[in-house]
Amino acid sequence: MTAGRRRFPQRLNTRNGRVDMTHGSGGRAMAQLIEELFVSHLDNALLRQANDQAAFDVPAGRMVMSTDGHVISPLFFPGGDIGALAVHGTINDVAMSGARPLYLSAGFILEEGFPLADLERLVVSMARAASEAGVPVVTGDTKVVEKGKGDGVFITTTGIGVVPAGVEISGDRARPGDAILVNGTLGDHGVAIMSSRENLQFETRMQSDSAALHTLVADMVEAVPTIHCLRDPTRGGLATTLNELTQQSQVGMKLRERAIPIDPAVTAACELLGLDPLYVANEGKLVCICDAQEAAPLLQVMRDHPLGAKAAIIGEVIEDELGFVQMETRFGGSRVVDWLAGEQLPRIC
Amino acid sequence: MKYVEEFRRQDLAKRLSAAIHDAVEPHRQYNLMEFCGGHTHAIFRYGVQDLMPPSVTFVHGPGCPVCVLPIGRIDNAIQLARDEGVILCSYGDMLRVPASGRNSLLKVKAQGADVRMVYSTQDALRIARDNPQREVVFFAIGFETTTPPTAVAIKQARAERLNNFSVFCNHVLTPAAIQNILESPELRDMGSVSIDGFFGPSHVSSIIGSQPYEFFAEEFQKPVVIAGFEPLDVMQSALMLIRQLNQGRHEVENEYTRVVSREGNRKAQSLVAEVMELRRSFEWRGLGLVPYSALQIKAPYADLDAEKRFQLPLIQASDVKGCECPRILRGVKKPTDCKLFGSVCTPENPMGSCMVSSEGACAAYWSYGRFRQPETPRESAA
Repeated sequence: MTAGRRRFPQRLNTRNGRVDMTHGSGGRAMAQLIEELFVSHLDNALLRQANDQAAFDVPAGRMVMSTDGHVISPLFFPGGDIGALAVHGTINDVAMSGARPLYLSAGFILEEGFPLADLERLVVSMARAASEAGVPVVTGDTKVVEKGKGDGVFITTTGIGVVPAGVEISGDRARPGDAILVNGTLGDHGVAIMSSRENLQFETRMQSDSAALHTLVADMVEAVPTIHCLRDPTRGGLATTLNELTQQSQVGMKLRERAIPIDPAVTAACELLGLDPLYVANEGKLVCICDAQEAAPLLQVMRDHPLGAKAAIIGEVIEDELGFVQMETRFGGSRVVDWLAGEQLPRIC
Repeated sequence: MKYVEEFRRQDLAKRLSAAIHDAVEPHRQYNLMEFCGGHTHAIFRYGVQDLMPPSVTFVHGPGCPVCVLPIGRIDNAIQLARDEGVILCSYGDMLRVPASGRNSLLKVKAQGADVRMVYSTQDALRIARDNPQREVVFFAIGFETTTPPTAVAIKQARAERLNNFSVFCNHVLTPAAIQNILESPELRDMGSVSIDGFFGPSHVSSIIGSQPYEFFAEEFQKPVVIAGFEPLDVMQSALMLIRQLNQGRHEVENEYTRVVSREGNRKAQSLVAEVMELRRSFEWRGLGLVPYSALQIKAPYADLDAEKRFQLPLIQASDVKGCECPRILRGVKKPTDCKLFGSVCTPENPMGSCMVSSEGACAAYWSYGRFRQPETPRESAA
């Protein structure tokens, strides 16, 4: 905001101030919150136009659009916070079509009484994530709910992107014989979140893997445009994502437990809590299914990218009328890897 | 990882598997009951059955703490939770166990009851300290392993004069239940079920020691091997049981020597003895009334006993029609023998308690073993 034309006599008190109902009323207080907190940090040409919508030209081709509500508790966690997560989560959902993400929108639901200092921290983090990813937040919305009717902050982000010509990625395209790949260790995010939950604090070196995967996807799609499926195994973990894909594609899967990368600290935490890392959430991981012949070169491309250094081929797609995900256990036996039943833990993304 | 992966090594598993294949006598069937859900879970999660000869069958026992609690006690807990002044705390799995009228703690929570999932009794104490104007009841369940922490909480509440805290005590005892299974008519008279030996509990035995099993190993002439919860523990213990059976021995052996001693944890035992005493009888799901099989809070701590404080009535409730949990818990039937299994009863929508906890036989069958062909029924003399 230019110093010459200050619209508000006093700056927003982002040190001790709190969100109150006027910040959502549509009046001057809301305008100030938007201007001094949201626009100033998320700053970009489209947002600065201050319209109720962002207008932009789009390249020709197939567009994708995705939306994601973020309600994570706690709001700040090792390796991230809800602000960065809201950017990464939606970029990833767009990118899992093979698309190049272009723009984001963000809707904030704030709870009365929420410290403005925390809100600023989140927005700064969000701005950093968007700028690092090169995907700006170009329009947004703010609402305030009464104390007790929210949980600090909920953020919904929507993203759009454009799919390169010739790329056709969809969850129903897995075929028997295809290879199944992941880009790294599983369960990092969930364990980092659990370690910082109020009633479950334990010490771990694990950090959330929250990251925008679109540049990795761009490299992958460039190398192998015929990739069949991509999906980010967030809630419900790898197991749930693979079960979704088997159902969509009407196939089965056979995994090798030995090949699935899991950090020893995640194994240890899951051991302690009685959880299975295959069901624990991720925010910077993807599952890729491609023709078996493409698997080795694709794996190399993934490993050459910083977000794919620990990529691995973890199994193959098989024919199975019943659509089961089976696994050869590390121990030498076999078992089914079923859908997550119930919930492992509340509100992790 | 230290002390975890070591007990899951495939090369050792293969060697044990070969030893077991060598040890089994031809034309002989070995029906081995693992009492604990922890063993059931390990067997399925790691695919231990795949490494065993076809003549070795695992019979899944009743050792799943949420599975054996009778419906009436859960109805009691629901009654407590519905009291507006009460915060009811319990361990996670308990929340989903079906009670009468297709109710559950999770459902009454959704209707507004204040039910909190805790990870330890210390969490429950903290909730009581933070909410002095509310009654905080800890819904205590479990075998001998979870009993000492409950005893600690009771003593702590007394010392802190935490007057709004109480315990709904449902702690049960393992040896009494094993004895009850061995004395059951199906085993003694009808001879329809044969259990040749037992995997003894691992965590429970760390508290009570291996000694309490000596009586019935002798009395019923069944070998018992105290087994750890890791898959290699289960295989090593199976081999020990098979060798005992081949040699006609029926002793208590301890495979889990890294944790379990003959005497157990004396300090934990005396702590429990200080605040709790035997109940004359307690109802178990699947086993019915079992004499001296559970604990209650002693008279000097009666003010911390939720049963007395809230004058909880004795509720007799029956299982869902068609639910085979009672027989599955005794090892008389397999989950796949139940008509409800996998049709109306799944982990998402459990009708019986065995489908709730990951330690329950039905949940383990469903989640880990579903793709297997239906197994051939166990040989029976009936």
